[in-house]
Amino acid sequence: MSEGIGAAVKRKEDKRFITGRGKYTDDIRMENQAYGAFVRSPHAHAEIKGIDTSAAEAMDGVIAVLNGKQLKDDAIGDIITGWAIHSKDGNPMNVGAWNPMATARVRHVGEPVAIVIAESQAQARLAAEAVEVDYEELPAVAAATTALEDGAPLLHDNVPGNLIFDWEIGDEAAADAGLAGASHVTELDIVNNRLAPNAIEPRSAIAVYNDIDDHYTLYTTSQNPHVARLVLSAFYNVAPEHKLRVIAPDVGGGFGSKIYIYPEEITCLWASMKTGRSVKWTSDRSEAFMTDAHARDHVTKARMGFDADGKIVGLKVNTVANIGAYASLFATATPTYLYGTLLSGQYNIANVYCDVKAVHTNTVPVDAYRGAGRPEATYVMERLMETAAREMGMDPAELRRRNFITEFPHQTPVIMTYDAGDFHALLEKGQAAADVAGFAARKSEAASRGKLRGIGYSCYIEACGIAPSKAVGSLGAGVGLWESAEVRVNPVGTIEILTGSHAHGQGHETTFAQVVSDRFGLPMDNITIVHGDTDKVQMGMGTYGSRSGAVGMNAIVKAMDKVEAKVKKIAAHTLEASEDDIVIEDGEVKVAGTDKKMAWHEVGLAAYTAHNLPDGMEPGLKEGAFYDPTNFTFPSGTYICEVEVDPETGVVEIVQFTAADDFGTVINPMIVEGQVHGGVTQGIGQALLENVVYDEDGQLITGSYMDYCMPRADDVPSYVLEHSTTVAPSNPLGVKGCGEAGAIGSPPAVINAITDAIGNNNLTMPATPQKVWAAIQEVGLPQAAE
Amino acid sequence: MYAVNYHKPASIEDAVAAIGGADEAKILAGGQTLLPTMKQHLAAPSDVVDIRGIGGMTDIAVRGDTVTIGAAATHAAVAGSNEVGSICPALAALAAGIGDPAVRHMGTIGGSIANNDPAADYPAGLLGLGATIVTNQREIAADDFFTGMFSTALEDGEIITAVSVSKPDRAGYAKFRNPASRYAMVGVFVAKTGNGVRVAVTGAGEDGVFRHAGLEAALAGNWSPDAVDAVEMSADGLMSDIHASADYRAHLIKVMAKRAVAAAG
Amino acid sequence: MTQVTMTVNGKAASGDVPGETLLSDFLREHLRLTGTHVGCDTSQCGACVVLVDGKAVKSCTALAASLDGAEVTTVEGLANGELHPMQVAFNDNHGLQCGFCTPGMIISGIDMVNRYKAEGRELTEEAIRHELEGNICRCTGYHNIVRSIKDAAASM
Repeated sequence: MSEGIGAAVKRKEDKRFITGRGKYTDDIRMENQAYGAFVRSPHAHAEIKGIDTSAAEAMDGVIAVLNGKQLKDDAIGDIITGWAIHSKDGNPMNVGAWNPMATARVRHVGEPVAIVIAESQAQARLAAEAVEVDYEELPAVAAATTALEDGAPLLHDNVPGNLIFDWEIGDEAAADAGLAGASHVTELDIVNNRLAPNAIEPRSAIAVYNDIDDHYTLYTTSQNPHVARLVLSAFYNVAPEHKLRVIAPDVGGGFGSKIYIYPEEITCLWASMKTGRSVKWTSDRSEAFMTDAHARDHVTKARMGFDADGKIVGLKVNTVANIGAYASLFATATPTYLYGTLLSGQYNIANVYCDVKAVHTNTVPVDAYRGAGRPEATYVMERLMETAAREMGMDPAELRRRNFITEFPHQTPVIMTYDAGDFHALLEKGQAAADVAGFAARKSEAASRGKLRGIGYSCYIEACGIAPSKAVGSLGAGVGLWESAEVRVNPVGTIEILTGSHAHGQGHETTFAQVVSDRFGLPMDNITIVHGDTDKVQMGMGTYGSRSGAVGMNAIVKAMDKVEAKVKKIAAHTLEASEDDIVIEDGEVKVAGTDKKMAWHEVGLAAYTAHNLPDGMEPGLKEGAFYDPTNFTFPSGTYICEVEVDPETGVVEIVQFTAADDFGTVINPMIVEGQVHGGVTQGIGQALLENVVYDEDGQLITGSYMDYCMPRADDVPSYVLEHSTTVAPSNPLGVKGCGEAGAIGSPPAVINAITDAIGNNNLTMPATPQKVWAAIQEVGLPQAAE
Repeated sequence: MYAVNYHKPASIEDAVAAIGGADEAKILAGGQTLLPTMKQHLAAPSDVVDIRGIGGMTDIAVRGDTVTIGAAATHAAVAGSNEVGSICPALAALAAGIGDPAVRHMGTIGGSIANNDPAADYPAGLLGLGATIVTNQREIAADDFFTGMFSTALEDGEIITAVSVSKPDRAGYAKFRNPASRYAMVGVFVAKTGNGVRVAVTGAGEDGVFRHAGLEAALAGNWSPDAVDAVEMSADGLMSDIHASADYRAHLIKVMAKRAVAAAG
Repeated sequence: MTQVTMTVNGKAASGDVPGETLLSDFLREHLRLTGTHVGCDTSQCGACVVLVDGKAVKSCTALAASLDGAEVTTVEGLANGELHPMQVAFNDNHGLQCGFCTPGMIISGIDMVNRYKAEGRELTEEAIRHELEGNICRCTGYHNIVRSIKDAAASM
């Protein structure tokens, strides 16, 4: 039917957003609401010698000024990292302690030291400026490679050499042997630039303490309210879980940055209890640049060896990952199990080895952001492949073809078992859609206009839908990564789906309803999706790692299986037929091959009136399920980018971008395409525009949109999308995650295209006009454009 | 934002009085730079004096070969003005490229030049055209008005009321936007006037907008993009930041100068 | 404090506001019209764009006190019994995901269509992308926003 699986149904949730009726956290106002403003460190590294709050406390409207020591005295816990990684010598990782507000030492610019609670936001901010903190500055280090050097400033007493772990995956001896026997070795020094996620809605929190019930409510910009409640209870001792309700209302984008439970949310909850007031804090953009988790920031040396036929015979990768001042929730998993495990790419490689050193620096904590580890891996693989093809004088597509994995399941040497894919089909579709055959003509036409035209490929595979709890547990995860759902069929036959997934742009209210509509043949209007409130939804692990479809939606399917079984039992009983003969179609429950049937709502009513149920059956029609997949899902694709470079200025224009993806079963192609558009744009942002810059002393240079370059509408083209489908065997719907693919696959395609255009492979992200111009100067103009 | 007293005088006299009566007053003309600065607590005036209520402040009129633009004329108004277009289409085009559409609806020519941001467009246009800045006290030649980064010849209590521009033979503007802020990273305004060729550069100089003698001499000899090639372009005195080194800016000055001449025809 | 009276979405709205009150704060906090959003502090993201006397303006960069007598339209005031064609087009073309930048995108879209129509200029894809310089979206990659505005332009 038109609203079922595969239909481009318009979004149900749009109406409230296009009319301004969305409810984001900062739109909510509680009675008795006060405002919090944080006192933040202006220094990258300093000892706190004293805090004088007397002037601030005397100011108009100020209710309280609270500091990190008071918070610690109330036994509020330190902030945790969720993934225990072991170094290759077997030792557990060393991470520095992270107080929600600094007590003795600050380790990055923007670290909170105290909070002012006042009657108005303006009063709170004014008073925060009046808090005098006596700092004794310490030497600071911002770059991870520098932080590893002898004599570098040390951030934490328990982290010698600032080294959190030195982790490895794969067989080093085998990789070395492979490289030693190679007929060609391609070597690259790679920088994966540091990014700021920049959801357009800044983070916000309202903490409401009710002293009568000793109960807390937190409204917050979260991708995973249940995880927030769990962590706030189990680790931060804010309140036991049954005394804490977390509500994530409409949330304006996340991209990973709203997974984490930050110092501000913890502090607001505690401050609400201390002051007896509801405490609201809303970040502004400048504050966001100093507090929201940053991303990526790798320095890598990679070597890939080939035999005479262009077959890969070995890969060795050494990476230094900047974790920032403290290890955030997924910070240790991102550069390890989300990175090293993807270093086989789409290719059949027997020998892969990767070593990752994770490092503390005097910068904002670095954590997962759209793609998380997989963009870094894809960038390494696909820059190597394109570079190798050029060095060996081969067509870059042909080199990839020769190495594609073609049989599934395929066990890589770096843990993953790819379960499905057709990489040849994706490459062919991508090449056809991009009209690769016509590129030479387009290049010479561009040259006639004085432009350098280039083409670049990226053939990515990623692992998402994170995923099997047992597997992630064995790799060090602190939680299980299932999802839960509840299907409530009301007595009138309408349905409420309670899901632990959280939507902040992904369109779950539409897509999830389509899956239900498809299953029972009910109109979308009769189905409501409920999410984002720990008091309403039983449990959930939230939305990240492209897991809402692959895990969350399949939990709904599992709950629907139970509902369907009960519906069939009731109908069989009522219609005096065999359960096996009952079919559910178009909102009716029928006895196959007869005209005997019940309307869907009649079954619902029968379940709740319970006047005539099979013996022993419980009344009601409501089923829950926890779904734990058996594997990651493995989306893959071929991205082809064409650029034109203005050799006079170094300006790069992306003139065509083609994405051919395999996302398995697609529920709503319109929404899936939207995810690709957004992901690719973030990837282009990384490749061309975005860069967080710290100076050597750890001062943040890119602290606003004046200096941090966000992709705008005129930076990107309209996209050409293609798809090719292999169904994911690991889940009932056959879906693969689609949220991160665009950001994972696109950066190397862009850089491969630019380096092709200018004839110089020595180019780092972001490829700003200045860098591209300098790269052109370095080698001179390619012949065709002179 | 810190607390501030807001005034909207209906006359220059009332505006002067409001400024004189305040601890530290700032004139508000469009607010597109002043308000963000105040929000960031980088400016903290006790009072703002909004001059948009003063009669005639948004008028644009042509007399002979000269267009006079009220200080509170918005960028959008200048961009769409037939009067400005009839005297200097290049100036209208410059105004059409400032900021974004919403900023152009509020930002004003007077506000822009009084602030003299080193990356603003109007200073290049007015210096390049040899414009006259009219205040409540005097007329100031553009050559004397822009005195350095964020600094002008304006005295305390002096209010820009208008800018007048005489028709050039030819003029053109080309800018290279800072990818992040979209302000000019390098902007070059070229004008061939009865008093010779003038070339003004914004976005690049450590002391704000400046004229470039080498470019002026080259273009005076041969008004064509090719004439720019031979000009010696020093990076001395040019800004260097994360977006562009002084050398890159020096290079872009030449590229933008060529494009400005080409645009001027 | 300054007494300010303006017409917001067709209704008179007044209040005594401190001089520093931004239009965005006046709308959000005084009138509780929270459809207008604030996403940055440097006047770049455009989530706060509203129409003032028919023209798109960044409400985070305008003082409420300076707009005494003005006619302001926010995203809440666009639908007049039925949705504005721009709102319909954003829904039809999947021009929004998280919805946070959407109010500013819709208002900027209306503003650009009105201006191009008034000037008799064609609103091409290139023009739309250029006109959106002051509106940042992190979700959609702009692809469907551009399509939405182009679609609405045909029916406005």
